[in-house]
Amino acid sequence: MYPKELRYSKEHEWAKVEGTRVRVGITQFAADRLSDVVYVELPKVGAEVTFMESFGVVESVKAVSDLYAPVTGKVVEINDGLTEKPEVINTDPYGQAWMIVVEPRDLSELSKLLDADAYMALIGEQRS
Amino acid sequence: MVSFGGWEMPVQYTGIIEEHRAVRTRAGLFDVSHMGEVDLVGSGARPFVQRLVTNDLGRLAVSQARYTPMCTPGGGIIDDLLVYALGADHLMLVVNAANTAEDLAWIREHGPENVRVTDRTDEIALLALQGPRAQEILLRLTTAPLDAIRYYWFLDGVEVAGRRALVSRTGYTGEDGFEIYVDAGHAVHVWGALLEAGGGAGILPAGLGARDTLRLEAGILLHGNDMDKTITPLEVGLGWTVKLGKGEFIGAQALQRQQREGLGRCLVGFTLRERAIARHGFPILRDGKPVGQVTSGSFGPTVENSIGLGFVPPAYAEPGQQIAVEIRGRAVQGAVAKLPFYKRGTGGA
Repeated sequence: MYPKELRYSKEHEWAKVEGTRVRVGITQFAADRLSDVVYVELPKVGAEVTFMESFGVVESVKAVSDLYAPVTGKVVEINDGLTEKPEVINTDPYGQAWMIVVEPRDLSELSKLLDADAYMALIGEQRS
Repeated sequence: MVSFGGWEMPVQYTGIIEEHRAVRTRAGLFDVSHMGEVDLVGSGARPFVQRLVTNDLGRLAVSQARYTPMCTPGGGIIDDLLVYALGADHLMLVVNAANTAEDLAWIREHGPENVRVTDRTDEIALLALQGPRAQEILLRLTTAPLDAIRYYWFLDGVEVAGRRALVSRTGYTGEDGFEIYVDAGHAVHVWGALLEAGGGAGILPAGLGARDTLRLEAGILLHGNDMDKTITPLEVGLGWTVKLGKGEFIGAQALQRQQREGLGRCLVGFTLRERAIARHGFPILRDGKPVGQVTSGSFGPTVENSIGLGFVPPAYAEPGQQIAVEIRGRAVQGAVAKLPFYKRGTGGA
C-alpha cells in the first residue's frame, strides 16, 4: 500500500526520486478517501510549483481536494492520460496515476517529507 | 456517514459509481427511512389535500399515488411530495426529511377539524429497491402480483419476507423499481432478506451519493437544491403538476399570474465539455457574464459526462444554447441540454 522507496507529504502526496527528477502522485489513502475520482486539473509543463503549495485539483463525486507539491521546482512532464482516465487514481495510484514530474530546485527538500513508516503512523491516527 | 435532515445516512457502501451502475444494470437497495410519512384521515382529508397541493387529486383512485408540489400563497415550493390514496378518507403524504417538521406545521395550521393529522415518520421504514432486476428480486419474497402494479400505483397489506408491507412502483432513480414501506421494527429483517434474495442478481446496497447521481441523470429535482420556497413549480419545469383548472388551492392565484406574465428564469439541464463538476451555487455564464446559478451538478456515471441543473434567463433556455460554468475562477464551456440526461432503455453503461 505504501512503497518503501517513496517519500510522503502530510497532505497525502507521494514523491519518487528518478535521477535528478521527482515524480509526484497521491497516495492510496487519499484516493480511497476521495473515492471515485472523476476529474484532475494539473499545471502546464514549464509551470513552477512550490513546496506544500497547491499545484492542482483532484475531484470526486463527493468532493474537491487541492494537490500539494512535495517539492519546489519546474514541471517538466504532466500525465495527460488522467484527463481521459482519472479512475486510475483509485486503481493504480503509484503507477499509471502519477501526476507530474518536477525538476526540483533543491533535492534535499525531500528530507522534509515522511518515510513510509512515518506516513503510515500519520494515517493510522487519521483513520481512528 | 453524514447527517441529513437529522438522520445519520451512509453516503456510500462500496462506492458511488459502483452503486450507481448496479442500479442502472441490475439492482440497488436504498434505506430511505428518513423520508417523512404523514397520515391524513377523515371525511375532509381529500378536499383538504386538494387545496394544499398544486396537482389534481380529483381522479386519484385508491391504490394510486401522485407526485405534487405543495406551495405557499406566493407559489413558492414548500416541499415536493407523494400523495398515496390509502382509502376513500385516508391519504398518506411522503415528504422530504429536511422538511418534515415544517410540512407538518403547515399542514396542521391549515387542516380543518374533520381531518386527523398524524406524523408516522418514526413508525415507518422505507426501502427503495431500484433497477431492471428489482421485480425479479422482489418476487422471490412475495406472492403479491407485482406485474399488476403499474407506475405510480401500489398494493397495501402485502407480505414481503413474511412482513406486512405497502409496495409501490415508484422511485427516484429513473429505473423501474419499488418503494417498500414496512414497520420500522421490521426494516432490518426486510433489508437483509432483499439483499439475500438479490445476491444472485448482483444487488448492491446503495447510499445517498448514488441516489443523487441517479436522480440527476434522470432529470429529477431535489428540494433544497433545485427548488425552495422562493422558487415556483413553473420556473423549474414542473408546470405539468400545476392544475390551475382544478379549483381553488394555495398558490393558485400567484401561479396563474406568473403563467400569464411569463417567467424571469427557467431551470435547465446542461452538460460541460470537461469533467470538472459544476457544484451548487457556481455562476452560469453567457458570453463571459453571469446570468444564473448552478443548483445541482455531478459527474454522470452512466452518461459519462459532467452534468447539472441551473437557472438561466428564458432567452437561453433552449437545448443547444451555449453557456459556461465558472469553476474555480475558470469558465468551463458547455451547453443547455434536453432533460432527462438519461432515459431507461436508451443505452449507457
